[in-house]
Amino acid sequence: MMQFAGDHPALPSALGALGVLLVGAPLVPGVAARTRALLTGRRGPPAWQLYADLAKLLRKGAVYSTTTTWAFRLAPLAVVVTTVMACLLLPVDGRSALVSFTGDVVAFAYLLGLGRFLLVLGALDTGSSFEGMGASREVTFASLVEPGLFVVLVALGIATQRLSLTGMFGAELWREWSLVAPSVILLAASLFVLMLAECSRVPVDDPATHLELTMIHEVMVLDHSGPDFALILYANALKLGVFATLVLDLLVPRAELAAWASAATLVAGLVACGAAVGVVESTMARLRLPKVPLFIAGGTALGLFGLILLLQ
Amino acid sequence: MESLGQLVLFLVVFTDFAVLGSSRLSACIRAVALQGLLLGLLPPILYGSSSVHAWTLAAGTIVVKAIALPAFLRWAIREASVRREVEPLIGYMASLLLGVAALAASFAVANVLPVIGGGAGLLIPAALVTVIIGLIVLITRAKALTQVVGYLMLENGIYLFGLTQLERVPFLVEVGVLLDVFVGVFIMGIVVFHINREFDSISAARLTELRE
Repeated sequence: MMQFAGDHPALPSALGALGVLLVGAPLVPGVAARTRALLTGRRGPPAWQLYADLAKLLRKGAVYSTTTTWAFRLAPLAVVVTTVMACLLLPVDGRSALVSFTGDVVAFAYLLGLGRFLLVLGALDTGSSFEGMGASREVTFASLVEPGLFVVLVALGIATQRLSLTGMFGAELWREWSLVAPSVILLAASLFVLMLAECSRVPVDDPATHLELTMIHEVMVLDHSGPDFALILYANALKLGVFATLVLDLLVPRAELAAWASAATLVAGLVACGAAVGVVESTMARLRLPKVPLFIAGGTALGLFGLILLLQ
Repeated sequence: MESLGQLVLFLVVFTDFAVLGSSRLSACIRAVALQGLLLGLLPPILYGSSSVHAWTLAAGTIVVKAIALPAFLRWAIREASVRREVEPLIGYMASLLLGVAALAASFAVANVLPVIGGGAGLLIPAALVTVIIGLIVLITRAKALTQVVGYLMLENGIYLFGLTQLERVPFLVEVGVLLDVFVGVFIMGIVVFHINREFDSISAARLTELRE
């Protein structure tokens, strides 16, 4: 059965939460950077730095290389649009998503995948071998994250007997939560590890690095400038927000809360997730490239452990 | 108490995977020490804090498995100046996947295993997976010292299995398990020490080349 916004049971709450996520997402990397700075004894930029960066970039003009084609110009828009579409499938308010249908988990995973694919196309379109290298690394790690993500989704599907994100992460999860708590906590931990890899955070990639040999995600977007770059930064922050919301949905019951309380919890969750990312970033060194698959496999192993516990 | 026991058993399984996934010898030893500590906490949690027997067992386990043996292993590293890296014969990735397969297998087997008294929830699967991962470490790591770690994990798994029968099996048997580990590691430690002195290497692969 397909459900759209029009006949949604709690439209204001879902819309409000989605708005909070769309507006609040740039806070997550900001809080992460701030936490990292505080823990390493520096003052650091304010948590809302990314908003200022986005505002600055949006005022600038974009420069396009003459070798690039429409694919290059499409990439930033496409990555934002696919990520926002993925948000629509997500039960952001902890209850139900704006759009949900059976099997939307696959749509969710591949909307994120489509965004990345178009971004990679844009990177390859520049004709720079350096960007090609970054794209190749990014895709390698993404192909390792994907099985992990599906392990988590399959496990949640088994736990809730549902095949939509609303069923797996929304109100219905909480009816059976106490029965499956150990494995859901494992799945949340697995999602957190996958988030670090998917959103190019520290043990896998370093968003702050500008050393050519170590850049992964930053390489791909090197040629984008001005508003285009702002869109890419925003999409990456939003993806972090999406994963933070998924983790929050697994750990905090929000189905019974009022709309404002649910939104407040969401903001708190985003900030907490940013802080957690910051703690990881300041306590862990970046992994050597060959070690990254092991890290992602470790995250997947957590998910598999959760799955095995459910099947018991 | 029930859920606390399950949590501890969870952490035991995590330490198994920590040993499988870590490339530093000291990290392996730390994980095994933590596992020893967790095993020590289990008897009072599973069998009630009023039982003197459980507390004695806990104290003994913690002293031997969490303090003495790791200290002894660290001493062996220092004395024999072992290189700090684990030298796996198969990759860490393959080790982790084997570990997950072992986990799946132990849960599958635990469901059909007729154990007298049962044992709560995770106890039997955790015991089986610790034994199997101990075996994996024992088989797939080249260094004698990492093999001692694997042997220790194997013993830890057997100890966990013993916990299901704590009320039936006399205290002496449990002490026997502890002593067994202690003696085993002691002997292996001496062997490690000598191998390193004699051949400048403690890789077990070299042992196949020994001739009379």
